[in-house]
Amino acid sequence: MTGKQHSPAAGGGASVHPLPKASGTAAEPPAARNPGLPFDAGWLEAARHVNRSALERRVDTLGKRRSVKNEHQAAWLLRALAVMDLTTLSSDDTPGRVRRLCAKARNPLRADIVEGLGLGDAVIRPAAVCVYHPFVATAAAELAGTGIHVAAVSTAFPHGLAPLATRLAEIRASVADGADEIDVVIPRGLVLEGRWQALYDEIAAFREACGAAHLKVILGTGDLATLSNVTRAALAAMMAGADFVKTSTGKESVNATLPVGLAMLRAIRAYHEATGQRIGFKPAGGISTARAALDWLILMREELGRRWLEPDLLRFGASSLLTDIERQLEHHLTGRYSAAHRHAMA
Amino acid sequence: MTILERYAAMDYGPAPESRAEADAWLAGRDLARTLFVDGAWRAGRAGRRFAVEEPASGRPLAEIAEADADDVADAVAAARKALPRWRAASGYRRARILYAIGRAMQRHARLFAVLESIDNGKPIRESRDIDVPLAVRHFIHHAGWAQEMARAFPGHGPVGVVGQIIPWNFPLLMLAWKIAPALAAGCTVVLKPAEYTPLTAILFAEICARAGVPKGVVNIVQGGAETGSAMVAHPGVDKIAFTGSSEVGRMIRRATAGSGKALSLELGGKSPFVVFDDADLDSAVEGLVDGIWFNQGQVCCAGSRLLVQENVAETLLARVRARMGRLRLGDPLDKNTDIGPLVAAVQLARVRDLVAEGARQGAECWQPAVDLPAAGHYHLPTLVTGVAPANVLMQEEVFGPVLAATTFRTTEEAVALANNTRYGLAASVWSETVGRALHVAPQLKAGVVWINGTNLFDAACGFGGYRESGFGREGGREGLREYLAPAGPARRRAYAPIAMPEATGEPDAAIDRTPKLFVGGRQVRPDATYVRAVADARGRLAGEAGIGNRKDIRNAVAAARKSAWPSATAYNRSQVLYYFAENLAVRADEFAARIARLTGAGARAARAEVDAAVERLFACGSLADKVEGRVHQPPMRAVTLALNEPVGVVGLVAPDAAPLLGLVAMLGPALAMGNAVVAVPSWRYPLVATDLYQVIETSDLPAGAVNIVTGPADALARVLARHDDVDGLWCVADAKTCRAVELESAGNLKRVWTGNGRAVDWHAEDADAAAFAARAIEVKNVWVPYGD
Repeated sequence: MTGKQHSPAAGGGASVHPLPKASGTAAEPPAARNPGLPFDAGWLEAARHVNRSALERRVDTLGKRRSVKNEHQAAWLLRALAVMDLTTLSSDDTPGRVRRLCAKARNPLRADIVEGLGLGDAVIRPAAVCVYHPFVATAAAELAGTGIHVAAVSTAFPHGLAPLATRLAEIRASVADGADEIDVVIPRGLVLEGRWQALYDEIAAFREACGAAHLKVILGTGDLATLSNVTRAALAAMMAGADFVKTSTGKESVNATLPVGLAMLRAIRAYHEATGQRIGFKPAGGISTARAALDWLILMREELGRRWLEPDLLRFGASSLLTDIERQLEHHLTGRYSAAHRHAMA
Repeated sequence: MTILERYAAMDYGPAPESRAEADAWLAGRDLARTLFVDGAWRAGRAGRRFAVEEPASGRPLAEIAEADADDVADAVAAARKALPRWRAASGYRRARILYAIGRAMQRHARLFAVLESIDNGKPIRESRDIDVPLAVRHFIHHAGWAQEMARAFPGHGPVGVVGQIIPWNFPLLMLAWKIAPALAAGCTVVLKPAEYTPLTAILFAEICARAGVPKGVVNIVQGGAETGSAMVAHPGVDKIAFTGSSEVGRMIRRATAGSGKALSLELGGKSPFVVFDDADLDSAVEGLVDGIWFNQGQVCCAGSRLLVQENVAETLLARVRARMGRLRLGDPLDKNTDIGPLVAAVQLARVRDLVAEGARQGAECWQPAVDLPAAGHYHLPTLVTGVAPANVLMQEEVFGPVLAATTFRTTEEAVALANNTRYGLAASVWSETVGRALHVAPQLKAGVVWINGTNLFDAACGFGGYRESGFGREGGREGLREYLAPAGPARRRAYAPIAMPEATGEPDAAIDRTPKLFVGGRQVRPDATYVRAVADARGRLAGEAGIGNRKDIRNAVAAARKSAWPSATAYNRSQVLYYFAENLAVRADEFAARIARLTGAGARAARAEVDAAVERLFACGSLADKVEGRVHQPPMRAVTLALNEPVGVVGLVAPDAAPLLGLVAMLGPALAMGNAVVAVPSWRYPLVATDLYQVIETSDLPAGAVNIVTGPADALARVLARHDDVDGLWCVADAKTCRAVELESAGNLKRVWTGNGRAVDWHAEDADAAAFAARAIEVKNVWVPYGD
């Protein structure tokens, strides 16, 4: 009844995607890309036991079991900044708007704050900028040489209901324009209908289309009705080769919630236990305060450990979060409460 | 350390709760005068004090005034003096005062929490988020009961002056569990906190004084075992309520035997934590954290025995070990501490000794490589595997952060292992299949069952144990009942056994009859095959009754234990009892004649007794499917099912007077609630009972539901009291026998009700079918959190 029994042993098992050679430093090798697994219906069936009430109790108490104060809090907020996918996903986005966002990503903190925190030459800035396909080229140009990734939402975001060929073409187009991370959405109906094999096949095709670009799979958890569905959808996505699983588009009526996040993290842990493969996690939608970011960091730290606090395994999809973090960092330095208009907008 | 280094490390760092307010509070008290008696602060008469230390550092914290027997006597006198006005106060007045206490505690919540953590060593997260809010909830909930009592419990009043003794593991919460229902009921109290943890009770008493609690209604005496003994022994105390170890509970049971004091005991446990293969395993792991690593495992209902289905055992235990590695031991006042120190050095030594002994007996003890503070009484969380059921760590309550794990194959085996213990306080069941969970819960011998949860508490939901985990409940209606007594029953005359004259002459039956014992559905001869000649009222030989002995009782208890009766449906029990009544009614003339001849009662009186017995059985038939449980809705997304379950095997010792009605009035309600019965009928008039088994035989009662052993009632009562497979015992007999029964019951802490050496009026409210039905059940609270 466990992942272990249904899955090949770590390392030597079947994989469905060809893998590039890993190219990390010895000290902290980046998470290897996920080769995926053959579809395993038995594992999904065994993973359906998720007790919402127990998960809610866990997340309700977590923020009370762990606390980060003062210097530690400042450090943790910098961490939140470093794992951020600074995002704009509005119908009225323009290249100008995206250029402004990229400028903020390059210089996320006011110089006096950088100096006050003693950051010196260390560069701490968002991991990626996340945009719709038409702005990928703009972002890639703006961020060239910075190390900041360009992520494109794709596959008929946010609903995922375009023809498969159209969706695959969209992925390829974004990769061609310079996106090295692709945030795809799943058609939620496949989950609600229990068509897990079809879901797996689509995601595997997305992964194929991504090529070298990393694949983040948005589950649209607000539409999935149960934590059992969330868990199984996350597992199916990982089997199909997702590098990240992501909660929400930000367009559902319910965004990233901690119980949903916990269910996904436990699926990630089960996948790691079974395969040795680390999969990333991206909560997105509604994470707009420093306090909320700390709660998510604590959840990650407790459920998956320190390793999952790096940008190769954790991202926050956020837009206004950065300003709040900046305000809190200023408060840490001055003891005064800051105002949003004192920080450069994105 | 620079911010960048912290950014790399991503450690939590210290997050200390300030202790400044608590230290200022301590500094501002005259701790030599910390007995709260009759509304005033005073020193002990002997001027004695005892030292309190801080478990996290081992440093001395305070020197507290100690109460001796004289101080206890003063406190009891104050409570007795305050009782008439307090019990006469309107429910609304008592409600306002309880409400004021609750609100005042809420206003001082942080001070309570910090004091508790300093004094006890429990993590501030627990005292702040669990202990104090639950204590507040208890007062506010019981404020409502104070006002509602007259309507909810007509004909009942407060039991009187209550002596309460509480443990050190939840000092404030246990105080609230004891004092709130007592005050709501109209009782006055003398409470003794544990000597390790006296502080929050002092703050509580200060709040009482400000909240308008009249002088003498709440008295707090501090001290250890000697102080507690003085309270238990004091004749001015009407009831003792105790929470603590089973060992001390037994001592109190013995000490109060024959005193007429009411008693409720909430004792130890070795609670099973059962994980099925269809459980949410990750949530079950978190459940264990909240089960056995809550309050350092110093919890009477801690899930200390992990029973996991074989096919998921390896996975679960691997996850448990991984989770244990993330537990943080440290300063109780640090908000990031999961596990604080044990309360005292002797407790730490005890836990270490038990773990060492368990290892010596073959257990594998695993501890995570986590940091252990240098000072203080810390014990690493410990997982014990490879344990046989006989291992000390599977048997004994450790009262520390030690989890013993074993596996099972089937549901049936899980239940058997779960129930393989002398205790019966709580149990956790983890399964995502509602049918399975609700199938298992009623089979567990435990007062509280949590499904997919653990250590959930609420003031509206009763808490308390089966078996040697004690008796009585705290919280809910059933908890309030423990502080009530029937209002003003007339003082009854002393029980007098009826003299047994020598029998003379020949029996006058046309054909010789041999009355036998009735065991396991069969008429059997007594083990020793001796008989006693039974005389009728005029001294003529009426028959020869078997002299049952301890072996007959043994056989009867074994037959009762095997009986299918407890699993009969309520409707089935109801029909059988009606049928029993019907069959007795058919033979009413015969029974009336038998009673008249044996007892010398007039024909009309004898007939009235038979009619009353028939009517009582009829009433029991009607109660069988109407004394139903309740559904509680605690303040979380859960329902709590308060199920009424039979006590189990119940012994009955019936009086000589009204030999038929006295027997039936106890037998009927016990059967109605699903108990299997071993009855010892009147030894003066045993032939009434031996006639009755013929009626029973024709009434569709399954074998073993009723067993009748005739014989010397006083001796057989003692045998029943000493039998550890008897769960309950009701005894109407002389004072000496009643006392002996209570004394001997301490062996397995069976539920005992006696007539206190007095006669019983079977038509009074406290002896009617409903009153005995209430004694014939245990309330089990099954918590079912839900959500999709």
